Amino acid sequence: MMRRAFSAATIVAALALAVSACGGGTSDSAAAPAQSAAADPSKISGEITWWDTVRPDSEGPTFQALIKEFEAKYPSIKVKYVNVPSDQAQGQFQTAAQAGTGAPDVIRSEVAWTAQFASLGYLQPLDGTRAVENESDFMASPLSSTKYNGKAYAVPQVTDTLALLYNKKLLEKAGYDKAPTTVEELKKVALDVKSKTGVNGLALNVDSYFLLPFMYGEGGDLLDVQNKKIVVNSPANVKAMATVTDLITSGAAPKPATQDSYANAMTALKDGKAAMIYNGPWALSEIYQGKEFKDKANLGIAPVPAGSAKAGAPTGGWNLAIYAGSKNLGASYEFVRFMSTAEAQAKVAKEISLLPTRTSAYGNPDVQGNKDVATFKPIIDTAVARPWIPEGGQLFQPLLEGYQAIVGGKTTPEDMLKKVDSDYHGIFKDWS
Amino acid sequence: MNGTTSDRAADATGVRGPGRREKAGPARRAMARHWYAWAMVVPVVLVTGLLIGWPLVRGVYLSLTDATEATMGRTIGVNVIPSTYEFVGLDNYVSILGSGLFWEKLVWTVIWTVVCVGLHYSLGLGLAMLLNRRVRFRSTYRLLLILPWAIPGFVAAFIWRYLYNSDYGVINAMLKAAGFGAVGWLDEPTTAKIAVIAVNVWMGVPFMMIAVLGGLQSIPGELYEAAEMDGATPWQRFRHITVPGLRTVSSTVVLLGTIWTFNMFPVIFLITRGGPGSSTEILVTYAYREAFTSIRNYSGSAAWGMIILLLLVVLALVYRRALRRQGEVW
Repeated sequence: MMRRAFSAATIVAALALAVSACGGGTSDSAAAPAQSAAADPSKISGEITWWDTVRPDSEGPTFQALIKEFEAKYPSIKVKYVNVPSDQAQGQFQTAAQAGTGAPDVIRSEVAWTAQFASLGYLQPLDGTRAVENESDFMASPLSSTKYNGKAYAVPQVTDTLALLYNKKLLEKAGYDKAPTTVEELKKVALDVKSKTGVNGLALNVDSYFLLPFMYGEGGDLLDVQNKKIVVNSPANVKAMATVTDLITSGAAPKPATQDSYANAMTALKDGKAAMIYNGPWALSEIYQGKEFKDKANLGIAPVPAGSAKAGAPTGGWNLAIYAGSKNLGASYEFVRFMSTAEAQAKVAKEISLLPTRTSAYGNPDVQGNKDVATFKPIIDTAVARPWIPEGGQLFQPLLEGYQAIVGGKTTPEDMLKKVDSDYHGIFKDWS
Repeated sequence: MNGTTSDRAADATGVRGPGRREKAGPARRAMARHWYAWAMVVPVVLVTGLLIGWPLVRGVYLSLTDATEATMGRTIGVNVIPSTYEFVGLDNYVSILGSGLFWEKLVWTVIWTVVCVGLHYSLGLGLAMLLNRRVRFRSTYRLLLILPWAIPGFVAAFIWRYLYNSDYGVINAMLKAAGFGAVGWLDEPTTAKIAVIAVNVWMGVPFMMIAVLGGLQSIPGELYEAAEMDGATPWQRFRHITVPGLRTVSSTVVLLGTIWTFNMFPVIFLITRGGPGSSTEILVTYAYREAFTSIRNYSGSAAWGMIILLLLVVLALVYRRALRRQGEVW
């Protein structure tokens, strides 16, 4: 019985290999005519579905307006816009793609998901298709997130990183006209805000991604991909965790909730109950809806405070990728191409302050006119590129559990990092 | 073609011993008499087999392999990925049962189930006894008490999650107003455990109450009258009439409640996501995490599922035997 199962699996595998060899050949020949036909927009027709992950109320309308423009330019293509919450899109896409039904033609894929989707065979390779246009114009770090095994599987849509966002009025009341530039200053400013205004100085968000600036700040990192080494348990990271603990125990930041802490920190900033938070450009449109920032000028944006080594925040952002099983590849290519033009990116940057991935877009007067984008641009340039590997998404859960334990006072930085280190060794079995 | 060969085989075996032939006779007669019953049952058997049997068999098979999302073969458009997973026997089970994590989760799952079902049943019984008397606005009370059951689980979970919010939640606002300090309900393992149990009890009591109320109303009033005539105290009446009268209902709902609570996914997942750390994670939510996050571990989560299933089957068997010993049959 067992042996039969084995041999059946082998035959299936052999067949699949044979089919893949043929498949590769046919797809190449099929791609060529599609490309030549693409030159005439009116000739491509069909309906494509796009899973978008932006906040539907503050950011969605801008993208829907872009779709209208696209449909005007390509009258026979219909785009079905589906908004999927960003924390669910990854799982839903994996489920749909694996099942072979219900996956969208185009998905807005987070930079860390792209390599994972590509490694699982869910994404259409885009090299030489209409989707990719003038790749050299893209910024290096976002572009590198679209590659897997040297092939392009996505096109960078927006990029982002973390910064220190602060309430200028509250800092002024505490006697500061500038944002703190180091973690030491951050602690002092936060304590002064607390003592002079009664409002909390800093609101922390208990999330792995938001821990990275502290780690990069001390010169730490999670992995050394080149040498296949797990480096999370390092003296630098111990120092980083100690810094975070100190911010909480000293009262510079109140002990954060571990559930809904992102939302709580945002609410605290918006309502003037905290003076500073770490967050990225995607949060700006929501922050401006808060009562403290009716006057947009009250929001200060500064690079994340530096640790003893440097100031560094992780590179984030979103790509546009095409599902390999899309029934309408031609239309999907055109859509991705359209959405990643410098003009489309400039429109998004102008309206909702999301950062373009094309260097040429920053030359656009609309983009230059947006103060937030201008502020974020130099911060982006110093952002630390993360390793774009399929397992990248698995790094966060152990770190999150450790962060929660530290905040709860249940562990020490040393023990926490030891635990994370052993969890990582479970993920990367052959790494040192 | 097939039929003839099997008929022939049946004949051959029948010829061998006279005893067999006699046995086949009544079976055939029963078939002839009850063919319509069999015909009626066939669709149910097919659908059940398809909806329950097949996934179960597939689950058992997967749990014996090392299949993950990355090793399962699939063809999507131009991407063809061959299956590379292999049969690994009981490796998954060995590694799960050999890990401290499993036992840690099992202990908490058992505590969670026992505390929840204990409170469900005792509170349900108490409320049912209250409502079984003649009181004013009885139907209003019943309606209000059944309400938590009518709210979908995930809605209730989200509402409670906001109530528990440490900075902006209603519960902490009330504590502060009353002069106490705020409590980080979902931030500490102990309070988080209390919090999820409280929500589950809130959601599960109405069902117990209604079930027990039905049981109470089926106990003939004459028994109580007779006992009262004989001078039995209220406690004696409860002990000797109510408890035995409720036994059939209780044994069923307690078993059901145990199985439901053991596998109560939404309360834990939606309120704490298993946190802080993974302190409130029960076996089912852990299996979910294996199956549905990052690169999915199909074989591992199938093995977790099988272990959970086996635990519950064993529990049900032991429970039934215990009941049968008490003279109860269901």
